Parts: sequence; C-alpha cells; structure tokens
Amino acid sequence: MENLLLITIFFYILAGVGYFLFFTAQKNYFYKAGLYCIIAGFLFHTTIIVFKILTTRQLPIHNLFETLLTVAWSITAVFIFFDYKFKLKILGIFASPMIIFIMSAACVISDKPVEIKKIFSGFWLNIHIISIFIGEAAFVLACGAGIFYLIQEYGIKRKKRGYFYKRLPSLSYMDAVCYSCIIAGFAMVTMGLASGFVYAKIAWGHFWTWDPKEIWSILTWLFYAVLLHGKLASGWRGKRFAIMTIIGVIFILFTFLGVNFLFEGHHREFTG
Amino acid sequence: MRHIILIGLNHNTAPVELRETIAFSDQQLKQALLCLKNKQGIEEVFILSTCNRVEILAAVSDMQSAIKSIENFFSEKKDIDFKKIKEFFYIYFNKKAAKHIFMVSAGLDSMILGEPQILGQIKVAYRAAVEQKTAGPILNRLIHKAFFTSKKIRTETGIGSHAVSISYAAVELAKKIFGEIEDKTLLLIGAGEMAELAVEHLKGKRVTDIYVANRTFKNGVALAKKFGGRALKLEEVPSALEIVDIVIASTAASEFIIFKKEVKNIIRLRRNRPIFFIDIAVPRNIDPDINGLANLYLYDIDDLRGVIEGNKELRSKEAVKAERIVEEAVITFLNWYESLDINQVISALKSKLDAIGDAELKKTLASLKHLSSKDIEALSVMTASFINKVLYDPILFLKSAGCKKDKTAYLDFTKKIFHLDNK
Repeated sequence: MENLLLITIFFYILAGVGYFLFFTAQKNYFYKAGLYCIIAGFLFHTTIIVFKILTTRQLPIHNLFETLLTVAWSITAVFIFFDYKFKLKILGIFASPMIIFIMSAACVISDKPVEIKKIFSGFWLNIHIISIFIGEAAFVLACGAGIFYLIQEYGIKRKKRGYFYKRLPSLSYMDAVCYSCIIAGFAMVTMGLASGFVYAKIAWGHFWTWDPKEIWSILTWLFYAVLLHGKLASGWRGKRFAIMTIIGVIFILFTFLGVNFLFEGHHREFTG
Repeated sequence: MRHIILIGLNHNTAPVELRETIAFSDQQLKQALLCLKNKQGIEEVFILSTCNRVEILAAVSDMQSAIKSIENFFSEKKDIDFKKIKEFFYIYFNKKAAKHIFMVSAGLDSMILGEPQILGQIKVAYRAAVEQKTAGPILNRLIHKAFFTSKKIRTETGIGSHAVSISYAAVELAKKIFGEIEDKTLLLIGAGEMAELAVEHLKGKRVTDIYVANRTFKNGVALAKKFGGRALKLEEVPSALEIVDIVIASTAASEFIIFKKEVKNIIRLRRNRPIFFIDIAVPRNIDPDINGLANLYLYDIDDLRGVIEGNKELRSKEAVKAERIVEEAVITFLNWYESLDINQVISALKSKLDAIGDAELKKTLASLKHLSSKDIEALSVMTASFINKVLYDPILFLKSAGCKKDKTAYLDFTKKIFHLDNK
C-alpha cells in the first residue's frame, strides 16, 4: 500500500514536471507526457481506492488520510475529464501541484486504522460522497481557470504583456471553461446535497439537523447559485466572475476542512 | 570540383533607385536564367528578384570566368557599366553563399526581421528556375535545404510569432481577448490607411459584420461598400456600441467621440460582453478612462507602438537562435556538398562493397571449418577480385569524359542507389 502511494505520487510529480515544462517551453510533447503521467498516476491512485473499498466495503473517507486521498482522486478525475473535453492545456500547471500537495499531505499524515461504524454505508451515502467530491473538485478547477483569467486580463489591461501573455489562451476561452466547470460542479454538488438529505432522513430520521457542515454546505451552495444566477440573468463574466470562483473555493475549503476542525458535528469523524 | 557563388545586392547595400534598375520582371527573369545558364563556367543558376534584393545564385565549374560572365551579363542586360556599381554588390562563395541564402529565406536578412513573405518569393523564383531547367542537383539540394531550414526556424523559434505592425498587433490582441474573431462585429469610425489595413487583416480572419461610420456620410458609404459592410451616421455610434465587438477609431476629430458615460450605460445592455477599442487617431477619439471599465479593453496608438517595440526586441532575441539553426544547416549541407567529390564517392563505394565482401566471407568460412589456410586465402582473393570486376565499369564511367556534363548528378545518383550518405 505504501509503495502504491509512493508510485502514485511519483507519477503525479512527473506529470507536474511535464506540465511545468510545457508551460515554459510551449512544446506540445511536454503536455502529452504530462497527460500520460497523470493518467498513469490516476490508475495507481484508483487501485489504492479500490483496494480500500474492497477491504472495508465502504468509500475511503474515514480519517483525514483517506479523505485527502479521495479529494486528490476526485480532482485528478475531474481534471482528466476537463482536459479531454476542453483541451485547456495550461490547467495542468494549476491542477498537478495541488494534487501533488494533497497526496503528499496524505502521505505525511499516514493512515491510522479507525473503527468503522455500520451507519456509514448505503446507496444514498455513497451517492452523497461521490457527487460532493466530484462537484467540489470541479469548483476547484474553475478557480484555476479563474486565476489564469485574472493574470491574463491584468496583462492586457495594463498593456504589459509579460511572460504569461503568450502562454495563456484567450480571455473568452478561459471564461467559458470557468463557467463550464461551475455548471458541472453545481449540478454534482446539488445532487450530493439532495442525496445527503435523503441519507440523513434514513439514518437519523431528519432531513436537516443543523449540523455546522450542513449549514456551511448550504451557504456554499447558495453562493454558487447566486454566481450562476448572475451569469444567466445579467451576463456576469470576466474579472468579477473569476474573483467569485476564487472566493467560492475559499468557502469550500472552510466547509470541507475548517468546519471539521472548529465545530462539532456528525461530519467530524471523517478527518479524525 | 564545383563551386557555389552568390552575387547580389539588397536594401542594406544599395539605394532603392539602383535596386529598381537591377530588378527583373517575371518575363525578364526567365530570359535571364536561360541566358546565364549558357554562359561559360556556369552550370546551374537561380535568380531571386524582389523589391528589396536581387541575388544570383549559381553553381559554377570555373569561378573566375563565371563571375566575369555575370558581371558582363549585368552590363549588357541593364545597360550600365558594372564597374561603377560594383561597390553595391556583395559576393559570397560556397559556405558563405549557402549561409546567406539560408538567412535570406528565413527572413533573417529582411528589412523587417523574420517577415514571412520572402520565403514565398523564393519559392516562386525557384519554380521559374526549375521550369527553365537551370537548377541542377546542387542548387536543388541547396534551395530545398533553405526551405526546410526556414520552416524549422519558424516552428522552433519565435521569430515570426510577434506582430511588428500596428494592424497585426491589433489583430493579435483581439485574438487574445475574444479567442475566435470569426463571429465578431466590427465598427470602423473614420478612415485612414492604418485603420483600413487593420480592417483588411480582421476581414482576413472573417469577422462577420462591418459597420462604417464617417462624418461625411457619402465617404462612409463608399468605404462600407469597399469592405462589404454597412454605413452608419456618426450619431448612430453610441447605439451601435450595443452590438459591435471591435471598434477601430481613426477620425480627425479634435475631441473624444466615444465617452465613458455612454459606454457605461451600454455594458448592461450588452450583458457584459467585452468590447475591444482600438484608437489609432491622434488626437485620441476614445475616452481613455474606458479601459478602467470591466470587460472593456482600450488600446491607443502609443500602446500599440509599445507592443510592437517589445515584439521587435523579442524577434531580435529569437534571431540568435535562428542563426544557430542556419549554421547547423550550413554544416549538413556542406557535408553533402563536399562528399560529391569523385574520389570520395569512389572510395566510399569501394569500402562499402569491401565491407559486404568481408562480412559474407566470414559468414561462409564459419561453416567451412575443414578448409586449409590456402583455401581460405584463395576464397578471399576471389571475393576481392569479384568486387573489383563489378566496380570496374561504374568507376570508369564516373571518371570518364562521358558523364562530364552532368557529373554532379551522376555522383549524387551513385550515392543514392548505393546508399552512401550514412558515412
């Protein structure tokens, strides 16, 4: 298991190097190399996850190690999908360091065995977990596209076309990618929240229990709902939209980790 | 042994009046090629004639008489005393000639560093030389190598990737803002050479709709007709801002035509879709504060000039890389060129066959262990004399007067069919 984890990180680091070289040298073969490495890493990563599922019969989110492992896996999965879909080649330089960082953090924390409660299983819970993880990974990638947008726009507005000008794609393209990521993420998170409520009803008998995680999740969801509404109703775009995607990720980070460390609640044990 | 010579003049060495006199029209070029080909000492010839340069590239068997022939040719055809204009010409031999033609075709010798048109002009000139059958194995190889090298330079360096004219710089920026500009709408306010050039470039990228607004409506209509667009009155500009994506302003008005206040109101109506304002008028036509509004981008003439200056610097930096690629190409070309020497070809041919003979002999002897040393020697003598007999006629042919006329071609051919290039 340890070895598999190291091999996974090794491939992610190779991918990161590939994407970095692609960004600086702008040679397509570096991008290709990066993509193949990240896919290789992803396969090993998936093997670890499958192994975990087979041994515990549950999704691996029972301690901080497992949660981080799954977070990194979701981001990689969504990244590979969006890369295939949009060919936004420079997103790799945003995604790969993040994946490497999360995986390394998981590695440092190391896996401590936890007592697995019967309650954490079932169809609705699995749907809840998978869609939330995938959805939030898409929000994180939207933030990446947003950051690139801001860098590129800053250069164009200031008429100082530096290092990034040539390397980043057009503003409207990055805006579109950002928007697509948000749409995909919003759909998944909505599904995740709904299935979470259903699960809560089955497990605890209430849809809503004023758990801090629930409150913050709804706030995050509302934030993105407002963002999407602004886009659809009055055509929010560009700088404002990009900044909002970054704020959104701060929300997510807090909801995802901050709440677990600061408040009590029934989500707490996943990072224990 | 043949030599490559290049005689020519360009925008750095000669004034435009002289370049005009020396230049060849398409028709003259064909005659000139044939005429030079028949001169003494000249085997192959290629002429490049553009508004910035006239160059004669030739493969010659006798250097002195070839140079004389070319000088006489200029004196006769152009009706001037060559001695008087000799100082404007440069003349390069072999290695330097090859390097020069590589530099020229990559745009490294052009007035605007890295400009791509020259390659097309060389292609046309080369086609003429091929049609008149004045290019032979040496020039074919040389010019193909020049094409290959300049293509390599384009892909491996950024020599051509930074716009160095106002209109190209504007198009490049538009692409960075909109990505695709195919479905964008353009508004041209006022007219002027630079504005029209920019419109031409944008039209080349297939913008869909073009509006033209002009103070004199009649002129506006004429201009709109020229670009296949629609004419507007100047008063209609504010409402047109609702639908256009790119605005090019170049009127002679002494004050702003487009104000921040007007534009601010329109952003909401456009649902925040971006507008790219290009203000090439002096004094400026568009309120510079507009650049501060979200999703609006404004570049005036000085900003565009700044972009170009930056790009020129980038190109010069890339030119260093490009020159390295040229030098590599010169080395590979010279390796090939020098191997066309008859003694080299023959010795390469011999050693190839000897190597085959040795290898086969070894293989056979390995399974014939019972042979005495005398037998072995007899076998190797037989192999050697077999090889010599086979080579006798081809070598005699290559050395004989029979192929003197196209010696280079035969040598090249021999190298090709025996695959002697790998040495």
